[in-house]
Amino acid sequence: MANALDPHAAIVTTASGAGDGMLTTADGKPLARALARSQSRARRRAFLLVLPLLAFVVVTFVVPIGQMLQRSFYNDGFSANMPQLSAWFDQNPRGTEPDDAAWEALAGDLVASAEVRSIGVVGTRINYDVPGTRSLFTSTGRKVRGGIEPPYREALLEMDEDWGSARLWNAMREAATPITANFYLASLDRRRAEDGSIEQVPERQRVYVMLFMRTFWLSLLITGLTFILGFPVAHLLATLPMRKSNLLMILVLLPFWTSLLVRTTSWMVLLQQQGVINDILVWLGVIENGQRLQMIYNQTGTIIAMTHILLPFMILPLYSVMRTINPSYVRAARSLGATSWTAFRRIYFPQTLPGLGAGALLVFILAVGYYITPALVGGSSGQLISNLIAEHMTGTLNWSMAAALAALLLASVLILYWLYDRLVGIDNLKLG
Amino acid sequence: MKTTLILSTALAGMAFAATAQEVNVVSWGGAYEVSQVEAYNKPFAEQTGIKVNMIAADNPATPLKAQVEAGNITGDVFDIEVSDAIRLCDEGALVEIDPADLPPAPDGTPAAEDFIDGALQDCAVANIFWGTVIAYDTTKFEGNAPATAADFFDLEAFPGKRGLPKTPKRTLYLALIADGAAADEIYDLLGSEEGVERAFAKLDTIKNDVVWWEAGAQPVQLLADGEVTMATGYNGRFFDAMVGEGKPFAIIWDGQYMDLDMFAIPKDSPNPEAAMEYLKFATDTQRLADQAKYIAYGPARKSSAALVGLYQDGKTEMGPHMPTNPEYMTTAVMDDPEFWADHDAELTERFNSWLAGS
Repeated sequence: MANALDPHAAIVTTASGAGDGMLTTADGKPLARALARSQSRARRRAFLLVLPLLAFVVVTFVVPIGQMLQRSFYNDGFSANMPQLSAWFDQNPRGTEPDDAAWEALAGDLVASAEVRSIGVVGTRINYDVPGTRSLFTSTGRKVRGGIEPPYREALLEMDEDWGSARLWNAMREAATPITANFYLASLDRRRAEDGSIEQVPERQRVYVMLFMRTFWLSLLITGLTFILGFPVAHLLATLPMRKSNLLMILVLLPFWTSLLVRTTSWMVLLQQQGVINDILVWLGVIENGQRLQMIYNQTGTIIAMTHILLPFMILPLYSVMRTINPSYVRAARSLGATSWTAFRRIYFPQTLPGLGAGALLVFILAVGYYITPALVGGSSGQLISNLIAEHMTGTLNWSMAAALAALLLASVLILYWLYDRLVGIDNLKLG
Repeated sequence: MKTTLILSTALAGMAFAATAQEVNVVSWGGAYEVSQVEAYNKPFAEQTGIKVNMIAADNPATPLKAQVEAGNITGDVFDIEVSDAIRLCDEGALVEIDPADLPPAPDGTPAAEDFIDGALQDCAVANIFWGTVIAYDTTKFEGNAPATAADFFDLEAFPGKRGLPKTPKRTLYLALIADGAAADEIYDLLGSEEGVERAFAKLDTIKNDVVWWEAGAQPVQLLADGEVTMATGYNGRFFDAMVGEGKPFAIIWDGQYMDLDMFAIPKDSPNPEAAMEYLKFATDTQRLADQAKYIAYGPARKSSAALVGLYQDGKTEMGPHMPTNPEYMTTAVMDDPEFWADHDAELTERFNSWLAGS
């Protein structure tokens, strides 16, 4: 069958493209068209073959993630349920004092929204920007459910004077358009000031930037540690005689196959203050009973447990690359007078780089998104950004915020991947 | 391929709808689920012939919210906290429940008067009260036992690590109580900048000695391992460890935090009639009293109190272990769903920021 890689087909196409006389097939059709048709048929068939997988990936991966990421900049909780007031904001530019029409729109929307019980959604949306205002909406909603008499401004201010707050009206103006950058601002510890400019949140509320930094720093540290610990092991695995290296391989793979939770909880048993390691140290007399070491429920715990859990991801790519390195190169270097250190540094190590790159990238990217281990052994100082994403997913139920944080995390990983590609080259990656 | 998928999905959906006479109840799992199976589900299935499927979740409000967002409701009855019940009701996700539909007390008192204040919401009916309380390891403090919330913060007199939940809701109030605030002024204080500062300042005094927990089973484990000497946790779990497993723990009731668990039915649930049947059955006087036989949580009906007797071991009097015991109620802080609906996000952010800073 003709396809794009068929050299003859290419020649024929070029010839017909050159225009000197139409080449035709045996039954008289122009060759170029027949070729194109048969090629597209082959392509269609290939496409049909991958369709199940494509559909699966789209349905279970692309669509949900797309929907989730959309929440980070799209939230119609206010605009969809307060249509009259949203329209008023559209017609009147920023800085316009709310007039009678605005108050009437607000009152009308509140009554309608309270009637269909969507007032909670509206209040929740505004509460993200102005904390403490959710109950303003829900309690006013309860009061106006039967209707409200004009003058609306006075009536609403009578119910709660907070309705006059400029900050609230600003937040409502922001929320009147469903597309917003506020969740990204909040993810970077920023918010909109009353005049619409961007400012940092008060110091005691800043947490996300610091957690992003910590996440990247700890991931880097863990990648480094897995390299230091994994390199010699991978070397041993690659150079020992088969029988011994197989045994060693099982020791590497066994924890890899064990449930993540089991491994994490066994670290708890080992590291806690009344745990095995502390008990042994006390028994040996290294430390007093009163000064047992705090090795878990803090950053140390996160680092130790994650390094152990991610170690196989470093060892396996390193091992597969090291096995293919011909030992005669190092021997040749030694026979030419290189010291063992020079031979390692100049000859052996550069050849392991593709495996090292793959391992480092794997460990780093896994570590950046790690959730369950820091949650269990991290205490307060060992928490990573993923723990706050989880908190917003299941605790505060602010999915827009979770989506914004996740999008930033995804973007920064992609940037790092791009950097890696520029510096090392993704083609140099070798998993086996 | 696609048609097959659609067809089979439709068929599966029809098959699901055809199996009538069952109800899916989403609850919290563990000892709590056992108590509900024993007290509600078994007699319910016997009397009505409706099969009850119990589904466990860390917090049933999370799958409920997810199902509402996705527009695909699979549970019929959800056991959720009062703040979530009010919030989801305001968002139009729950069926409204008329108290007049609920069975009256045995002496004829209508349900609206029989339930304790706050136990009936527009869209949810409470089944139990539960408390977050301090428990300590009695073997660590022989001769000088802690007795108040202030003792929890006194590392000199009562040395050892402390276990606290990693949430502002169940820590800030404790700090204020320990700092001498009265139970009824907690929310005024937490609504003000000075009050929040004061709570964090108090927490600062023990920050370096706190082990933070997230799941309800953890504080019990931390105490049993000797990892902490005092911890706050859910009173039913401590009761289970103390009475059920004979652990040497004791509970300090001073400054307990009281919360309600409620049954709610989402709109568009697959079996709405059976769900309502179940809700009415499970919140009647006898059933609520029966549940107390299996776990130390207080029934939400006044008329149930008189029927609460012995624990399932047949010798432990439940009265002194109930968070609703009048003696313990004097210093109890009640959950304020409105306050937390307004301030949870803000205080959680601040709490996380405080935690992360050293």
